[in-house]
Amino acid sequence: MLERAKPAEPRQPEAKADARPVRFRGAGFVPSADRQGDWIAGWIALLAVLALWQLAGSAGLVNPLFLPTPLSIGRAIYQLAASGALWHHLSYSLMRIGVGWVLGTVAGIAVGFAIGLFTVARSVGITFISALFPIPKIALLPLLILWLGIGEEPKIATIALGVFFSTAISVYGGVDAVPRNLIRMAQSFNAPFSTIARGVIWPGALPSILAGFRITASVALLLVVSAEMIGAEYGIGAFVLQAGNLMQTDQLLAGVVILSLFGLAVGKLISLLEARLLHWR
Amino acid sequence: MDLIADHISHRFGALDVLDDVSFTLGAGEVVAIVGPSGCGKSTLLSILGGLLQPSAGAARLRGAPLADSLNPLTFVFQDFALLPWCTVEANVEFPLLHTRLSIGERRAVVDDALRRTGLSEFRTTYPKQLSGGMRQRVGIARALAVKPAILLMDEPLSALDSQTRELLMEDFIGLLADGAMGAVYVTHNLEEAIRLADRIVVLSRRPGRVREVVAVPVKRSERGDVSARGQLLALQNDLWSLIRKQAIDAEREVQHA
Repeated sequence: MLERAKPAEPRQPEAKADARPVRFRGAGFVPSADRQGDWIAGWIALLAVLALWQLAGSAGLVNPLFLPTPLSIGRAIYQLAASGALWHHLSYSLMRIGVGWVLGTVAGIAVGFAIGLFTVARSVGITFISALFPIPKIALLPLLILWLGIGEEPKIATIALGVFFSTAISVYGGVDAVPRNLIRMAQSFNAPFSTIARGVIWPGALPSILAGFRITASVALLLVVSAEMIGAEYGIGAFVLQAGNLMQTDQLLAGVVILSLFGLAVGKLISLLEARLLHWR
Repeated sequence: MDLIADHISHRFGALDVLDDVSFTLGAGEVVAIVGPSGCGKSTLLSILGGLLQPSAGAARLRGAPLADSLNPLTFVFQDFALLPWCTVEANVEFPLLHTRLSIGERRAVVDDALRRTGLSEFRTTYPKQLSGGMRQRVGIARALAVKPAILLMDEPLSALDSQTRELLMEDFIGLLADGAMGAVYVTHNLEEAIRLADRIVVLSRRPGRVREVVAVPVKRSERGDVSARGQLLALQNDLWSLIRKQAIDAEREVQHA
């Protein structure tokens, strides 16, 4: 039989009088947006800035011609909505963004996948993308007007071009980032190209593609406003420019607020899409 | 079905990795490949499994696998290689998607593989929710689903803790016990090699050459017996003394690389 050590005597509680706690040094460097308190703090900060702004305007400290108060901007938005002008301008902008974004995204995904998967497409595609991506797409609008006329087409084409390059880059970056071991695993089971593309590459690249959507949504918004400022009668960009020309700063800022809200809504939509499609992360 | 390494050599650019490696894995046999770090064990396995083309020589198959084998040479990967966006069930089903099996047949095969690996109640779980050992079980279930003739296992336990390793080693021993499947088992761990393999191929340091092929002198079914322990321990010591010097050299080489 094995000899076992006797159980140790229960230890006497140590005297705490001369002991001090170890100082906690692990705080910070881990920002979290999930805690309720942090979320509320953000809103409180925003409301505080708006309140200060309103107070400064009401007290006459700021000339309303240069910076109208939040309340007058809200009033301007209400009047725009009530008169129907807001929807009229917004519908033009949404149509341009929608069509341009979809065209640019579809083309960008197709080209991005080709670059990610095929050597020849990569050599050719990356050369062209590297050469054309840095060009500010709005600079091409006059040329596109020359080619496509003065209707909706050049504005939509400008947006589509801007969206296309960013999408293609995020897609082939995403394809490159798909872990090689997963592709080798699929190959080791003799999975055909279509199964690997559909079952491994596409879902593997999706996080990068959706991150790209966030960027292209902003690009599309930027370009629609720029294009509408250059050559459109209707649209939020045209409205903002017109308000600026007439020194209607409350209307101008109303347009800016609407653009901001639109951007927020698109960001929220993409977050929902990510939560739904990338729940496995 | 036999798997033959026929004078396989391989180089990555200017780096010679394998040099004229030959051996034959008989039907139902388990061969372990051991050797110092960087001697080309995993490269050899990739070549044997058709994932890498050798610079010279070839991997060959002799004889036919069982008629219902959907993928005669099937890998079990060190890093599990599970699709993180798929549930356990979908991961096991993945290699069946492009086969001739109907949906009903696929489901039956998946059910059977999950049952054999004790994963039935985890079928709707995602890989990130599983421990390392359970993830490797999913990898094994996926391999079993295609009814392989030969399992190609690339250090399947090296990413796991010692207790999980022990449990999975018992699973491997059970799976390979009836001789229906053969296996090539790449490992650093001599104890694992001795417990599982019929023969052990010892590779030299880079470029990997076959230094020795050692037969384990105790039947696989008898290796748990107390009477066999001394013999197996002696073999382990012999293997270690064979590898030790080169393992030290290889380690220094890796550190200086």
